Amino acid sequence: MLDQVFVLLKHWLLGYSPAAIQPAVSILLTIVPILLVFPVLFALTTVLERKGLGRIQNRYGPNRVGFFGILQPLADALKSLTKEDIVPASADRAVHFLAPLVLLAVAFLPYAVLPIGRNMIAANLDAGVLFFFAIGAISELSVFMAGWSSRNKYSLLGAMRAVAQMISYEVPLLLSSIAVIMATGSLSTVEIVEKQAGFSGIFPHWYVLTPWGFAGFILFMISATAETNRSPFDLPEGESEIIAGYYIEYSGFKFALFFLGEYLGMFAISGLGITLFLGGWGAPLPFLTWIPSWIWFFAKLLGLIIGFIWVRGTLPRLRMDQLMSFAWKFMLPMALVIVVAAGAWRFLPLGLTRWLVSVAFIAVAYVLLARGVETRNKTAKRIYRFAE
Amino acid sequence: MRPMSAAFLILAVVTLVGACAAMMLRGLVHCALALAVAFAGIGTLYLSLGAQFLGLAQLLVYVGAIAVLIVFVILLTRGGDSDSPPLAPAALPITGILVAMALFAVLAWAVLHSFAMHPSGQPASPVTVRQLGTDLMAGYVFPLEVIGLMLTAALIGAVIVAMKEKQGTQ
Amino acid sequence: MLGQGIVRGLVETARNFFGSFVDKDRLVTVQFPEERLPVAEAARNFPFLIYDGADPEQGLRCVACQICEKECPPRCITIEKSKDKKPDFVGKQQFYPAVFDIDVSVCMSCQICVEVCPFDAIRMDNDFELSTDDRFGGLLWTKEKLARPNEHYLAIHPTEANEVEARRAEEKAQAEAKKQQPAVTK
Repeated sequence: MLDQVFVLLKHWLLGYSPAAIQPAVSILLTIVPILLVFPVLFALTTVLERKGLGRIQNRYGPNRVGFFGILQPLADALKSLTKEDIVPASADRAVHFLAPLVLLAVAFLPYAVLPIGRNMIAANLDAGVLFFFAIGAISELSVFMAGWSSRNKYSLLGAMRAVAQMISYEVPLLLSSIAVIMATGSLSTVEIVEKQAGFSGIFPHWYVLTPWGFAGFILFMISATAETNRSPFDLPEGESEIIAGYYIEYSGFKFALFFLGEYLGMFAISGLGITLFLGGWGAPLPFLTWIPSWIWFFAKLLGLIIGFIWVRGTLPRLRMDQLMSFAWKFMLPMALVIVVAAGAWRFLPLGLTRWLVSVAFIAVAYVLLARGVETRNKTAKRIYRFAE
Repeated sequence: MRPMSAAFLILAVVTLVGACAAMMLRGLVHCALALAVAFAGIGTLYLSLGAQFLGLAQLLVYVGAIAVLIVFVILLTRGGDSDSPPLAPAALPITGILVAMALFAVLAWAVLHSFAMHPSGQPASPVTVRQLGTDLMAGYVFPLEVIGLMLTAALIGAVIVAMKEKQGTQ
Repeated sequence: MLGQGIVRGLVETARNFFGSFVDKDRLVTVQFPEERLPVAEAARNFPFLIYDGADPEQGLRCVACQICEKECPPRCITIEKSKDKKPDFVGKQQFYPAVFDIDVSVCMSCQICVEVCPFDAIRMDNDFELSTDDRFGGLLWTKEKLARPNEHYLAIHPTEANEVEARRAEEKAQAEAKKQQPAVTK
């Protein structure tokens, strides 16, 4: 019952509203929780990130503002609200104003197709995954708008790099999700999750536990990190590289909106990764199915967020050319091989054969591509002419 | 008014305003962004007609890729920097008027003789993505392969043009 | 093999993360207002005036010779001599400063005033928590604010202070001895 508590709550509240406005109330009751929960998660993530990074770097994170710093987002929100809103004199005012709004609108839309629990999806579209990617593609335009309207060379350069990066990493993102769509036979996110809901013995039928699913998941998460401009792919917004990239000229609340948009995008794409590969709201072990589905979804989301923070604390930033060559020369061929391996998995008979064939495809491709990527950057051994 | 018509009205107004703005605005990048708005409007019109795949593909391809391409082209060729005055109107406005009237006549003929004006009585069955897929792979596989070949040729051509430029500048 | 370095890096950061909860030595942060690092003995910030005994007016060592005022490079010290005299620690009648102001916003902590003072009257304090929101009056320190007892000097710079104590005790003893003997040169 706890599982369906939100659905039952919604129907109960709907029963109390007059029939004329019922569609509107139904829509509101679906959308408002999304608009409330994910920004709160964003606030929590900012604290978690700062404290997590601090602990990784052998220091405390923020610990002044509440119990162990938990009210830090409030302090940050107050700060960003009270900062002066500076718009450069030669900036394009209309586009400068619209860019964060477009980013925010486009950041909230993909949550409509994520199944957060059993029967808890805002819009059960037939082509849910395609909707997600279409909206994600629109966010590139808002990045460009932000960069161009500031009339600042650094900002424009950052914006163009960001858009190039986002376009390049969309290809492996889409290809790895095509493998999942092939295995499911449908573009609807609800069906994808339902297909992964069974158990064979103790193992769930999640796609991440198949060889092509595992490789696809890793590729998906790498592309997700690049899509949302997160470290180690945050060259367009690196503070020491290009000052702040495309949001240099934004101050105060607009900057906070950009930040919010970026983190919401991160949650949305993690949510899609969970839906496609990690079984959505399904439990990992058969005796844990009594825990409500939406708790599983948020637990997995938290796990992925921790993964993002972990990677951010570990890896140095990639240079632009390294980033692009990684996308086109390694990730794209790897993603194609994963699609082929997924096809082999689907059509070979159950048992050891299909495991061996899939793993063979992926492992061989990985080794060859890895060698290809590495040898390209080997520099010649240094010869010292005068030193001893 | 049915709720559907209100939505259609809003979407149509947005699309038309975007398209007109793309013609009439001064800054080139503003025109490109207005064009992106018009594309998005068309995509949502497709969605409101129930063509899920087509609408989403329109958004993904036109707004996500082609608008970005147009914007990149404007930037890379420095067309957006100079606030050049709009082109001087042609000496013979009558040519423009005749061309516009001819275009309107063709479009009007196409719309009046289309399926929508002569409905056969049954509503069209919604096309699922699965049907699109099977049709593409079974019935229309030859055009698909030809388009694939053309795109490959275009890609290779683009790479060669870019490489030649790099060698030329060195 | 591609990915090996990444995995090793991730393991290292995970170790750091969990280690920081278990091993208290990892976190070298000093939580400032609650914990403080010990200050070195030779640390200095802004000057202060020393007085002996309990009364800051009577025991003030400064005799208003104005050497520090003349030697101070940014000229942040302002001294006004008094009209009358009072006895110093050996009994001699000396002037005293009616006004002794240091403009702390100008002072550059160069310690030249300390080096030139013949009377061990001005020394460097090491207090750095001096923020004030009064931009003008709050940073102009008067004699009352600058005067600190000798015990404070002994507490913050023990080695120096003990040397000064020893020297002054010797001088005092010599002056006492001279007073006992009548004028021999007669």
